[in-house]
Amino acid sequence: MASSAFRFESVPAVRESLRKVDYLADEGIAGVVYLAERLGKPVLIEGPAGTGKTQLAKSVADITGARLIRLQCYEGLDESKALYEWNYKKQLLRIQAERNDGSGDASRSWAEIEDDIFSEEFLLTRPLLEAIRADEPVVLLIDEVDRVEVETEALLLEILSDYQVSIPELGTVTANQIPLVFLTSNNTRELSEALKRRCLFLHVDYPDLEREREIVLAKVPGITDNLAEQVARIVRSLRQLELKKPPSVSETLDWARTLLLLGIERVDAATATSTANILLKYQSDIAKAAKELEQSDAVGGEAATAAKPWQRNG
Amino acid sequence: MAELPEPNGADRTAGAVAVAGVGAGVALTELLSGFIAELRNAGLPVSLTENLDAMQAVQHIPLDDREAFKYALGATLVKNAAHWRVFETVFEVYFSLRGHEYALTDDQADLLPDLDELLGELAEQQGDQRGAGGGAEMMTPEELAEQLYKALLQGNEAMIKALARQAVRRYAGMEPGRPVGGTYYLYRTLRNLDLDGILDRLMQQVRDGALEPLSPLEERLERDEFEMRAERLRQEIEAEIRRRLVADRGVDAMARTLRKPLPEDVDFMHASREEMAALRKAIYPLTRKLAVRLARKRRHGRKGPLDFRNTMRHSLSYGGVPADPKFRYPRPSKPEIVVVADISGSVAAFARFTLHLVYAINNQFSKVRAFVFIDGIDEVTRLFEGTEDIAEAVHRVNTEADVIWVDGHSDYGHAFEVFWQRWGKEVGPKTTVMLLGDARNNYHASQSWVLKEMQHRARHVYWLNPEPRSYWNTGDSIIGEYSTFCDGVFECRNLRQLERFVDHLV
Repeated sequence: MASSAFRFESVPAVRESLRKVDYLADEGIAGVVYLAERLGKPVLIEGPAGTGKTQLAKSVADITGARLIRLQCYEGLDESKALYEWNYKKQLLRIQAERNDGSGDASRSWAEIEDDIFSEEFLLTRPLLEAIRADEPVVLLIDEVDRVEVETEALLLEILSDYQVSIPELGTVTANQIPLVFLTSNNTRELSEALKRRCLFLHVDYPDLEREREIVLAKVPGITDNLAEQVARIVRSLRQLELKKPPSVSETLDWARTLLLLGIERVDAATATSTANILLKYQSDIAKAAKELEQSDAVGGEAATAAKPWQRNG
Repeated sequence: MAELPEPNGADRTAGAVAVAGVGAGVALTELLSGFIAELRNAGLPVSLTENLDAMQAVQHIPLDDREAFKYALGATLVKNAAHWRVFETVFEVYFSLRGHEYALTDDQADLLPDLDELLGELAEQQGDQRGAGGGAEMMTPEELAEQLYKALLQGNEAMIKALARQAVRRYAGMEPGRPVGGTYYLYRTLRNLDLDGILDRLMQQVRDGALEPLSPLEERLERDEFEMRAERLRQEIEAEIRRRLVADRGVDAMARTLRKPLPEDVDFMHASREEMAALRKAIYPLTRKLAVRLARKRRHGRKGPLDFRNTMRHSLSYGGVPADPKFRYPRPSKPEIVVVADISGSVAAFARFTLHLVYAINNQFSKVRAFVFIDGIDEVTRLFEGTEDIAEAVHRVNTEADVIWVDGHSDYGHAFEVFWQRWGKEVGPKTTVMLLGDARNNYHASQSWVLKEMQHRARHVYWLNPEPRSYWNTGDSIIGEYSTFCDGVFECRNLRQLERFVDHLV
């Protein structure tokens, strides 16, 4: 008997409602989202680019009807861009105005003015503080957190563990409601232990054949079962090669759309090769894939170069 | 009664699970703490908070849902995707006998009708003439192989699972009490099943069934599909063997036997192919870190001496008073890196790894020069530059580099001497030299004067040695003699140590 305080009933319920907004979650993804909500903990999503990490946060916001607040991380991100900033122009104006209409009224002490200009009126909220102060349910997405420097990561720690922000002049702002927080990372560097400890960890990998086929079917309207199956199979085979950048889910979708536009029913090696530039982004990868797709007797990757008997008698 | 952490107010509302699990509470807590202790033994850094999180998380999960249980533990305890495999192994050992469909010890007989049922169903579907009386135990090996073939052809998961069990029971020949890890049993089972033969037949079947001859692409796709299913079968067999071993020898003993090192603890010299692939993936973030470290050193250098000219220039705006002193900041020097790597047989595995490392470093720094040697030495920078495919670059290094002078046994002395003669003048005050090798010189002359000169001229000379420290200076290893002329000699047998070296650079 889950109380109404929780937005999700059970893991399958999460999965089902994500499916309704066309996000096909696997068992692990749905489980972690469910736990995040139950335990009130942030989720750190890690995985290769283009596997739907950001999309997951958006979809969760969608199904819970929450507002999505997004903080895009980049090198050089600082407090004033992530947390809050004082609107000093307005503060200056305020002081100026005080002088003008005060006209000799020296009764207002400096302390009073100081109290005045460091009030909420002069505070510019940035994404993190905004998420904390929101009254309605929100989903906070901290995107590509691996791009900020290690030192900047520390900014996030307070908000992630206690859902509060300390502003020296104002005191501590505590969350009215616990937001669902998602952090995404492409793992270009190790995140600090402190950050990881505060989060649930979710590794999103390339989907398996079945799921990828379903994703293609859901996201590319008008595609036939048959074509979707072929697309998923070819992409799986490509991922087994040692490529610089294996095709991501979003690239798979682009490719499926292209094939659909070109009116192709059945993908043969020539079509696959000529449209490979949509799936693969490096010239060397395209060349390698073309080579591998056209000759069938090289088994995926360098792993199994030993010829197996059935390849000979074909 | 249970030692479960007190759930906070919000959690209590979701007490349905807790109520159901009260009886199992103590047992579960005990099991979990054993599980976490084993994770720590395997090297996973599980902190106390994470431990508590895990305890809390499982209370929200219906206990009989094994997959959900696994993900709940995974999300709270494993914070690095590379550790997932180790986690999975430990999980399999600790929870392999949990959950109704995995029960084994309680009532083995229960499983048999299960398989029979499936077989019967299958037989009916296909109008098979096999008598319903023959149970799974009665099947001849040919029939088993036939069933396996059909299961793989249809991709029937339940069937594959059941057959994997049957195959293990029949072929593995497991002996109770033998302290083994199970690889041998796996090998025996697979040998008897002749998976290659079955795959062969499957491909033939597809070829025959097709209306027109398969194009190479189609053939490849079909084969990938079947190989995937065969891989599933292999995993099932492995899991079944593990279950039986755990039932036989107990959780703790098996956990110890099956313990695998974390990717960062895998020894370069003895890494399996699979482990090597994981290592290669892990190198990239490390070289980025290396680049960042070296770059930061450039940027945050201490203040330089007073820049008199600049100070005077700025004093003009203060009426000639030098109010704003200017300093001469050290010009950011772009580090040049020279890597000299031994690629002889004794360090072959390490050398393969270092070549990957060199390649990765090459992408991060503007000026990297790479040299490889055995008893002769050759520059291989150009081989790395032309290509985007690391595997090909490594292959070219191994085939094209001219590194053999006399007999192809490492001769550090000669290699260093030639290096100094031919490229020595290119080592300058900006250069960091990294020497990679075990310093096993086959009792040749050491020519350590080269290193002395090198240290004199270069910014840093570092030596990375892939041998355990205890082997240093034994036999023909003369690392001690060389190390007097290095700024640092590091044992570098695994990723963790390599990382420590990178950290040291700051």
